[in-house]
Amino acid sequence: MNFDFSEEQTMLRDSVARFVQDDYDFDTRRAIVASDEGINRQNWQTFAELGWLSVPFGEDHGGFGGGPVDLMVMMEEFGKGLVVEPYFATVVLFGGLLRAAGNEAQQASHIPSIIDGSVLGAFAYLERQSRYEITDVATRAVADGDGFVLNGEKVAVANGANADVLIVSARSSGEQYDASGISLFIVPADAEGVERVSYRMMDGQVVANVVLRDVRVGADALLGELGGGYAAIDRVVQEALVALGAEALGIMGQLNAKTLEYTKTREQFGVAIGSFQALQHRMVDTFMSYEQAKSMVYRAVCALENGDDDARRVIHAMKVMIENCGRHIFEEAIQLHGGMGLTDELDIGHYAKRLMMINATLGDGDYHQAAFSALSYGGGHSTVASISDAA
Amino acid sequence: MDTSFSPEDLAFKEEVGAFFDEAFTDDLRARIKDPKAYKEAIVEWQKKLYEKGWVAPNWPVEHGGTGWTPTQNYIFDSERSARGIPNTVPFGLSMVAPVIYTFGNDEQKQRFLPRILKSEDWWCQGYSEPGSGSDLASLKTKAELDGDHYVVNGAKIWTTYAQHADWIFCLVRTSNEGKKQNGISFLLIDMHSEGIKVNPIESIDNHHSLNEVEFNNVRVPVANLIGEQDKGWTYAKALLAHERTGIADVAGSKRGIREVRQLAEREVNGGKRLIDDPLFQKRLSDVEIELMALEFTDLRVLSQVATGGAPGAESSLLKIKGTEIQQAVQTLAMMVAAHYQGVLPTDIDSDVLGNDFGMAARRSYMYGRAATVYGGSNEIQKNIIAKAVLGL
Ligand SMILES: Cc1cc2nc3c(=O)[nH]c(=O)nc-3n(C[C@H](O)[C@H](O)[C@H](O)COP(=O)(O)OP(=O)(O)OC[C@H]3O[C@@H](n4cnc5c(N)ncnc54)[C@H](O)[C@@H]3O)c2cc1C
Repeated sequence: MNFDFSEEQTMLRDSVARFVQDDYDFDTRRAIVASDEGINRQNWQTFAELGWLSVPFGEDHGGFGGGPVDLMVMMEEFGKGLVVEPYFATVVLFGGLLRAAGNEAQQASHIPSIIDGSVLGAFAYLERQSRYEITDVATRAVADGDGFVLNGEKVAVANGANADVLIVSARSSGEQYDASGISLFIVPADAEGVERVSYRMMDGQVVANVVLRDVRVGADALLGELGGGYAAIDRVVQEALVALGAEALGIMGQLNAKTLEYTKTREQFGVAIGSFQALQHRMVDTFMSYEQAKSMVYRAVCALENGDDDARRVIHAMKVMIENCGRHIFEEAIQLHGGMGLTDELDIGHYAKRLMMINATLGDGDYHQAAFSALSYGGGHSTVASISDAA
Repeated sequence: MDTSFSPEDLAFKEEVGAFFDEAFTDDLRARIKDPKAYKEAIVEWQKKLYEKGWVAPNWPVEHGGTGWTPTQNYIFDSERSARGIPNTVPFGLSMVAPVIYTFGNDEQKQRFLPRILKSEDWWCQGYSEPGSGSDLASLKTKAELDGDHYVVNGAKIWTTYAQHADWIFCLVRTSNEGKKQNGISFLLIDMHSEGIKVNPIESIDNHHSLNEVEFNNVRVPVANLIGEQDKGWTYAKALLAHERTGIADVAGSKRGIREVRQLAEREVNGGKRLIDDPLFQKRLSDVEIELMALEFTDLRVLSQVATGGAPGAESSLLKIKGTEIQQAVQTLAMMVAAHYQGVLPTDIDSDVLGNDFGMAARRSYMYGRAATVYGGSNEIQKNIIAKAVLGL
């Protein structure tokens, strides 16, 4: 039993922490969010130079060969700084799918350009009717000559507006909710027939709806097996959920620390408000929520790293915990800051908004609670059913 | 025990409902929701109510009130809220006016009340200060007598709609002697006076309703002092009772639940409607059950008032439970909106966006966090119940 990080992991964590501390204060971040692209390309180059973009990739493509723990320590620090540069979209999702399903040629052509920071990517999987069901795919892929023609629409694609290359899920066979019959395609964002409408989310993310009208791609655009894309998606989603959990953990820690600090300094009735027992107990509760969330993220990361049989169930549980503890913590943080907590100027609300969007990414707490219950006690949950279909 | 309405009350309900349905047009509804059109639209609506004679139900009849029974007031409020019609802006009609007609002199009544009734002046409330929120009595903005004027210096914060206001009613410090509650005065200040500066504060819902108001040697005629100097705290406390009526807003939450339900019927997850999801049903029914109870708690308090009891610390209960339920409903709307809960204001059409309610859900949820903070935070309300009801 050992909860310590390796020397390399500690260095990685410290390097992200230093960047956040020195180059990513809240005002800097605010200016980045307000800029046209909503991200800072220079920061992205810094990420490349510091080797962060290489972390999960194999050494054969110039990667660092890191695992879930390495990703976790970084994401937690990104969370603390509310970093908006698209690490999650580009490295975890886009890069993850290339790792999981790409053939040698695809990996060789895309991974190095992720690592050197020259390409931003996105995974276009949501559709306007799909809510949290990734297998609900109405976008169509039809074979045409030795390639495919794609038609459909993806919505709220994270980093969709800035991405150079998209990975798109499309149905090549089967019915709307089937896990089998989903295929993945690598589509340049400027391909003919791709139209993007971008908008902003409350957590600073720039997202896009992506309309695909008769988009022609070659056979080499198919990522993984035809109709077998869901297995790769599922694998990447597991990693991505743990990464999001780590980011959420970083945010929760910040919210608690800042709120604690505030209650020690804000005075009313001639004393610090932190001296009121009614508030002390509330902060003890949020402290405990944080510790429980941390344990669950650690547990999930270990399960994933070790490939435990129980990993899927643990990860569902973690996402539930992240939502419950996160909501508890951010709601209390706002409340205990009084009027200050209601301002856009203070960072508290921005941490809250990112937590809310993490909750709404890749299934909310209820979605994962249903999946957890189905796995644990039986009964039907659509994703669980689809996974066994696909298997 | 009989909680049914009398035939007269039922007829009144019909009458009120019919008026709302006719007078509150879709156009008004849309403009009130648009921050740019808000002020003009809400004033237009208040003028319609004024013409009907219903703009100030709580006022004494001689000043323009309706003389309704508490039950009629309740019905009026419920019918309004059930239609999603916003309340009148409280600062003039419900906050300062009762202070003026209760504690003001005749000259003040004649000068201010008719204009408030006709929505000719926009008022804002200058109580809170950067250092004085929950502990309001510690306020420091000071007013010093100089001939027949007070000279006001200091700053107020969180002043809702100060950017629209013609007048602000302020608590100011006129003495530092004795208990801190004793040296406070109630002053009406023209917002167009020299030396007033309004600084906008953007709130968490990405809108501008909050402000900081600075006072730099602002000269205020002594004629604008309400009642006696140094007695303002007593007047302000009396006003709190008015602020709390309708605070539970049961009808508004009922409407919210209905909307959440309708949205959840439209949303589909993996082929299953969200409304059929047992977890979601549990969440929705939890809120609805709490609200069913609150509706009767509200009526019980109302009947106490009707039979002569003053709404006392019970209104704290209504505030706490009412706001908790409002927030729970807002949270459910966010859950229904899924990833669309994050959408910021955009020019993109909802057809193109793929969603028509996420943005509104976000705004309500984010601003809704304030309901447990303002009007005496829920923690302060609990302190009141502990002390005044439980004798702790
Ligand atoms: C949206 C909005 C609109 C507003 N509009 C107006 C307006 O128009 N005019 C106006 O004058 N004011 C307005 N206010 C101000 C509002 O009345 C204050 O925010 C409120 O009184 C709380 O004060 P504070 O913000 O200074 O918080 P604080 O008093 O600093 O409180 C911080 C936290 O400590 C808790 N706390 C404080 N004392 C105790 C205690 N004794 N026991 C337990 N917990 C305690 C509070 O509940 C809160 O959670 C508005 C506020 C908001 C958010």
